[in-house]
Amino acid sequence: MIVTVHDPRGYPPKVTGKRLAPRPQSLDGKIVYLVDCLFDNSDTFMEQMRQWFAAHLPSVETRAIKPRESWVDDADMRAKVAAEGNAAILGVGL
Amino acid sequence: MEEDGTPCVAVHTHVFHRVARTTARLRGIPTLRQAFVPQPVVGRTPGELRAYIEGADQISGRPFMQEVIEGLSRPLDEADLTGATFERTTPRLLAPDMEENLQKLFIDNRWTDFLPIVLPTEERVAAMLKGTSQPPDKVVGRMRAGNFRESWEYTVEKVAVNAVMAGALPEYFPVILALAATSATSRQGSTTSMTCLGVVNGPIRHEIGMNAGIGALGPYSHANTTIGRAYSLLSQNLQGGSVPGETYMGALGNPLAYSLCFAENEERSPWEPIHVQKGMKASDSAVSVFVGGRYIQEGYGPRDTWENKMRRCLAATAYLPPMLVLDPIVARLFASRGIHTKQQLIDWCAENARLPARDYWDDQWLQTLVRPLAVAGVEPYASRLKAKPDDIIQMYEPKDINVVVVGGETQGAWKMFGANYIKTVSVDAWR
Repeated sequence: MIVTVHDPRGYPPKVTGKRLAPRPQSLDGKIVYLVDCLFDNSDTFMEQMRQWFAAHLPSVETRAIKPRESWVDDADMRAKVAAEGNAAILGVGL
Repeated sequence: MEEDGTPCVAVHTHVFHRVARTTARLRGIPTLRQAFVPQPVVGRTPGELRAYIEGADQISGRPFMQEVIEGLSRPLDEADLTGATFERTTPRLLAPDMEENLQKLFIDNRWTDFLPIVLPTEERVAAMLKGTSQPPDKVVGRMRAGNFRESWEYTVEKVAVNAVMAGALPEYFPVILALAATSATSRQGSTTSMTCLGVVNGPIRHEIGMNAGIGALGPYSHANTTIGRAYSLLSQNLQGGSVPGETYMGALGNPLAYSLCFAENEERSPWEPIHVQKGMKASDSAVSVFVGGRYIQEGYGPRDTWENKMRRCLAATAYLPPMLVLDPIVARLFASRGIHTKQQLIDWCAENARLPARDYWDDQWLQTLVRPLAVAGVEPYASRLKAKPDDIIQMYEPKDINVVVVGGETQGAWKMFGANYIKTVSVDAWR
């Protein structure tokens, strides 16, 4: 039998495009923040990342930083990274 | 951070690559630069994590650090500069088709729980809508599959569609709308496989034949079962899906996610019902929602050594607080032992839920979610972090713990669910 049925899904929000930030040509002499997202063992991962940069790209200055809370936007942290850094590596997100 | 002008690369473990890509696209930045290491990071030694960094990106196959460095320095192209702006729509009605084709369509689109559903025809949905005085286009709430996902909106009619699919009757609809109005999803995408539990109080329990007696937590009541299933289905569909690898990442899954909604046995309980504890009047009909269900323990009694038994259960896990679900026999036996209110039992549990600091802090979720608060000086976590490894930590505040009385008195049985209280919502407001 032919029937007409309702769509069971809710209403998704509109997605608004956002651009990426301008990239430096090179990381030489730049400050890269290593953002520990606070997942279990992320700090160990980021410390290994710091050591990798020190060994392989010593011209890059790395700085470790953490947000105030897990899974909560930390505007102060973002502002500090934007003001004092040139790039950021965030991790390790599940 | 990209919006702040900071070039970023986000590092994920490889099993999350689909959800990471999808989330970036739905944030309008589909070209967000991401790099992927193996899963897991938890429990790996510094040397093993260094090997991840020196190894290959688990998705592209190129050297991981090459992905990272290029992600930070590769010039932007047109797609990077514009992002993605788009609107998605969901139609009110699907194209007419044969019933068997539509059943297959619902399964193929993962709109079911893979048990048979009732197709939400216009007639059935119209009948369900007669279960409330609220207009079909009234917005009930917004729900999302996880902290990082976008929230989807839904109306009374959309909730009715899912209630029909679950096999619910129109008289159950106010309870289902109240569950939807919590905006708490029972299908959140957490790796922990959390789900939600609903507890119904007040006159509505009897009006619609909810079970607060024998087998109340099991498949022994049409109302309990279909209301719980409707909550599960509406959570899945109204939030935009619950698809493994995309919107659902529960490592083990959770059988409670099929359906878990029951009525408190107020009449056989010696104590105040939970909706009154949460600020409602006894004559109000209400539903309270709890999130968790990661662990369940059980016991019988209370017997002479009940305090030792309860202490062992309370110490079994550190992050999710206990929600005690007691048969009326258990509640009355507690009362005969001098525990005359739920609050007394809650206070006893808070006092006796203890672990050495070493064990307390050696927990993935305490490390991830609570330790940062402790480091920031937020109490009581900061004091707990200062404790020496052998110091005993009191794990929960009384406000974290809940007690519900339900069951058919065939046994003095009790269960302990790990669950956080979310909120209590009026059912009467949705009649």
